Amino acid sequence: MKQLLWLIPLLPFCGALLNGVLLRHRVGKKMVVAVACGSVLLACFSALAVIGSYMGSAEHAAGQAWEIVVYNWIPGGTLLTDIAGTAQLDISMGFLLDPLSAVMLFIVTFVGFLIHVYSVGYMAHEEGFQRFFTYLNLFMGAMLMLILGNNYLVMFVGWEGVGLCSYLLIGFYYKEEFPPFAGRKAFIVNRIGDFAFIIALFALVARFGTLDYTKLFPQIAAHASLVTGEYLLGLTFASFVALCLFVGATGKSAQIPLFVWLPDAMAGPTPVSALIHAATMVTAGVYMVARSNVLFQLADNISTVVAVVGAATALFAGTIAIAQTDIKKVLAYSTVSQLGYMFLAAGVGAYSVAIFHVATHAFFKALLFLGSGSVIHAMSGEQDMREMGGLKKMLPWTYWTFLIGALAISGVPGFAGFFSKDAILEQTFAGGHTLLWVVGLATAGLTACYMFRAFFMTFHGKFRGSDEQRSHLHESPASMTLPLVVLAAGSILTGLVGLPRVILGQDGWIHRFLSGSIYEIASPAGDHAAEHGHHLSTTLEVGLMGISVAVALLGIFAAYSFFGPGKELGRGAAIAARFPRLHRLLVNKWFVDEIYNATAVRGTWTLARQLFRFDAGVVDGVVNGTRHFTAAFLAPMSAMFDQYVVDGLVNATGRIFSFGSRILRKVQTGFVSQYAFVFVLGLFAMVCLYIFLR
Amino acid sequence: MFDHIPILSIVCYIPLAGALLLLFINKDQGKAIRTVATAIAALDFVVSIPLWFTFERSGELFQFRESASWIPTIGVRYEFGIDGISLLLVLLTTLLTLLACLSSWTAIKTREKEYYFFILALSTGMLGVFMAMDFFLFYVFWEVMLVPMYFLIGIWGGKRRLYAAIKFFLYTLVGSVLMLLGILALYFFNYKSLPEWGGLETGIQTFSIERFHEIATLIPPDLQVWIFLAFFVGFAIKVPMFPFHTWLPDAHVEAPTAGSVILAGVLLKMGTYGFIRFSLPILPEGTRILLPWVVGLCLIGIVYGALVAMAQKDMKKLVAYSSVSHMGFIMLGLFALNGAGINGGILQMINHGISTGALFLLVGILYERRHTRMIAEYGGLSAKMPVYATLFLIITMSSIGLPTLNGFIGEFLILVGAFNRVWWWAVIGALGIVLGAAYMLWMYQRVFFGPITNPENEKLSDLNGRELLYLAPLVLLCFWIGLYPKPFFEILDKPVKYLVERVDPDYGKGASLAPAATAVPAAHGGAHGAANGSTDSGHGD
Repeated sequence: MKQLLWLIPLLPFCGALLNGVLLRHRVGKKMVVAVACGSVLLACFSALAVIGSYMGSAEHAAGQAWEIVVYNWIPGGTLLTDIAGTAQLDISMGFLLDPLSAVMLFIVTFVGFLIHVYSVGYMAHEEGFQRFFTYLNLFMGAMLMLILGNNYLVMFVGWEGVGLCSYLLIGFYYKEEFPPFAGRKAFIVNRIGDFAFIIALFALVARFGTLDYTKLFPQIAAHASLVTGEYLLGLTFASFVALCLFVGATGKSAQIPLFVWLPDAMAGPTPVSALIHAATMVTAGVYMVARSNVLFQLADNISTVVAVVGAATALFAGTIAIAQTDIKKVLAYSTVSQLGYMFLAAGVGAYSVAIFHVATHAFFKALLFLGSGSVIHAMSGEQDMREMGGLKKMLPWTYWTFLIGALAISGVPGFAGFFSKDAILEQTFAGGHTLLWVVGLATAGLTACYMFRAFFMTFHGKFRGSDEQRSHLHESPASMTLPLVVLAAGSILTGLVGLPRVILGQDGWIHRFLSGSIYEIASPAGDHAAEHGHHLSTTLEVGLMGISVAVALLGIFAAYSFFGPGKELGRGAAIAARFPRLHRLLVNKWFVDEIYNATAVRGTWTLARQLFRFDAGVVDGVVNGTRHFTAAFLAPMSAMFDQYVVDGLVNATGRIFSFGSRILRKVQTGFVSQYAFVFVLGLFAMVCLYIFLR
Repeated sequence: MFDHIPILSIVCYIPLAGALLLLFINKDQGKAIRTVATAIAALDFVVSIPLWFTFERSGELFQFRESASWIPTIGVRYEFGIDGISLLLVLLTTLLTLLACLSSWTAIKTREKEYYFFILALSTGMLGVFMAMDFFLFYVFWEVMLVPMYFLIGIWGGKRRLYAAIKFFLYTLVGSVLMLLGILALYFFNYKSLPEWGGLETGIQTFSIERFHEIATLIPPDLQVWIFLAFFVGFAIKVPMFPFHTWLPDAHVEAPTAGSVILAGVLLKMGTYGFIRFSLPILPEGTRILLPWVVGLCLIGIVYGALVAMAQKDMKKLVAYSSVSHMGFIMLGLFALNGAGINGGILQMINHGISTGALFLLVGILYERRHTRMIAEYGGLSAKMPVYATLFLIITMSSIGLPTLNGFIGEFLILVGAFNRVWWWAVIGALGIVLGAAYMLWMYQRVFFGPITNPENEKLSDLNGRELLYLAPLVLLCFWIGLYPKPFFEILDKPVKYLVERVDPDYGKGASLAPAATAVPAAHGGAHGAANGSTDSGHGD
């Protein structure tokens, strides 16, 4: 079974190869679907089989991972490393299955498959059907490499691969102006993050000579002193690497300051938004931080940064979401906000909680996106919620499943989001980060509010669209509603894997399971709280839970009172009118894009243009100047020199000789005594010269 | 296998023989000329392939040796031989020559006979450079090769072809004259002596490159510096390194497609090859002394080239400036002076030949259809040329270092090596990767995406069979090197170790020239644990 591991990413790649190259334009839609969905379904089955047998294996019981090396990928030569001395850099193409990747594997293949099925209906009438599924399969392959890689470089392969697919899928409608722009923006913003990511890899190689998880982490966990010495920029090694990794994560997972690409990424088809920009790819950063938990545990300062950035992003994005009118934009900012929660959890050291939220979020956010897709599909492409309203009757399946998603994300008890979000808040509070807890709580209220605002605006009240749109309104086909139902079920049931202590009396299953991937740092002093997560008394835990439920209900109530049935848009508009400046700020997303454009983007372009002028003017100017100088000055001067000096010298020599001979002729007197006199004089002069110069 | 066959000479002179053969074909028979020239190039490529298989990875450093007396009065010998580095470059040259011929069938319609004559003659010149084991012979090939290129640009080039051709020729010549001075200095230092620096007084007249390698440690440091500088100008112009690069955009823009392909694919590599073959092993002390300056220029070149590329409106010029940036990367790798860096640098030479060669071929295909290279003239081509767009995307990704494609392997190792030497070198270098994505994707977007605004582009046709044929090998190579570069590293292993030992003898003995910027004493038990870790490969199957 272990050997099947490499097959899981390979299957979707094969699907992409078939649809993209071998069968391109040669088969009908049914075949395309069979290849695309079939390959992912097979991957999903193999994943389940492998996970199942791993959980029953002796390695799992012993807390070990399953690791296979497919081949030796980069035998990159010798290096001088800090601790291993001269090391041979050998990077393998290998895969690893441990609890962490198992959870991710399940999410990605399962949700991925559902979204593939959904796409069959959603994309049925679109041009480029086969191209779409090629990209989607390619994405699945890359994403699976990302989570299954046994070393950071394979993770990086997947990391960049999903980035490429994201680029291609955001820009899927390439004939329009905006989507390609959004795709490129996503790619480049991600590259900025990758820049930091890869520097972390250089540092790891320079110190350890390897990037394999199973070589790095146990070693670091056992000898924390390897990474806690002063390194660069005043940081310890662990802090430096953790910081670089986290900056990488902010790119992929759309955190402050690199979140700007994700809202624009909504230019892609809605299933793409659900799969890539909600359920899977954007959580890669969280996975990466959780994967590197050893380093983050040893870098308290950076962990704090992670928590603060996460909380700040959560709140910040929540405030933007509440003012958006495009249903997908609301969901996009909601995703940014929820990702912030995940980082908050990771930052306070609750890695399993972060992954738990990845799992529940994957279900309810995919559900919400697909629900919105169903709405958009019904509305003939309309995304503005001000044009919707009253869709409840026409889209009953979509309505009810969307409601479940909204309840889940709002943290209403019983739904999945409740358990994971509550665990985050609890861990934040227990970790002593009271301020961050307050921020998290406020965000929870905001979340409930903006999500139900969207819900009411879309499904309740009167239909505000055009008559043309009204005539086309229809519930989506089964291939679209079926995934909605399954995801809705998931949005309730996934909560069960992480039930809280108050109910179970022990940590939820997922926390126990994931503890196999979270290292315990051996501390020489032994005073470190080695256990992961802090535990609160039951009363306090229940109390906190009560508070967060109250806040969520308050948020829903607020949305109801402003946008609920019968309110239409009047009260919402009234409130916007009362705070025009704030409203403008929020609608325009705090003008972050504008600020980036005015500074970094414009600055780079100006620099580029100025350098080009410098290149043409100065650098090349010197070259051409040399040429001109040679041609216009040196050459004529040389010619003149040649004519008057060199040739002149020749002529002059002739003249000198004839002139000299005329004089010298007079020396030839014929008197020997005169000759002897000159001879002696000369000899004397030579002797003097000799003595003088000696 | 080739014990009694002068296989290198055969590979080297087949193109020249073919060029002479072309002279017997009537100049009106364009098709015959094309076919014969391409067949000759194909033959040469086929003949060069066995080198890859018969080259002994763990054998002698230089193999397939040929040796004969040539100008005995000054000790010049006809010496051929290749190590792993030259082997890869020889194969790259024969492949790109073949592709260059194939790509010219419809692009070149005037004076075809001379055109193919020059392409084939150029091939012989380039191959000779990579095979020569005698410095004088090297110099002869180095100079000879300029002439066909000069004519290729000057006759079949664009509007400013004469300006570009002369600039290319003179600029390179200036460099090579200084290089010649350096060669003579080495020659006389070995043979007799140089004023001021003395000499070995061996009385043996030789230009043998191996001999110069042997005496490397006997050359006084200040002499090494001077010779290094003389070589540097010659090689840096060829690479080209900032600020000697301005001939390149002009030459690329004006040259015909095949000329650009060979220029970027092979000619630029001669500069870096010079550093590998001469500067590093013969002048290790000089290299170490001037290291910060050279690397400084590399880093400027990487960022500067990328930024200037962003501002380009002409596709070829953009690719040309991207070459300045990429060649800076290669130089950075070589001057990291460690295994990873040099391995990466050399592999990146091949990678750059492949991807930039392919980029020029791709731009050429578009130019042939529309006779313009201005980015603004295009837009929305994906709809009309989907296959072309896909291949262009793959090559773009290769150029910006997407993992699983060739560029990534090289860039990664280069930066690992650089980080290992001085950490912030890698940080600045990595900026080039970010900028690379910016300018390449910006170009890609403007050419391929959006609505078709120019009606001229409505009637563009996708790739034909011949175009696919000459692009396919390069695309396949991109994937091969990206996914399974091991065979390349096996070939490079020995020469790279040799280089590292020469240029940084203390490397790995704990006293390397630049102690890692991050020297933190290993905690007790750490090294032990690492040793355990690295020997524990028992995982998996």
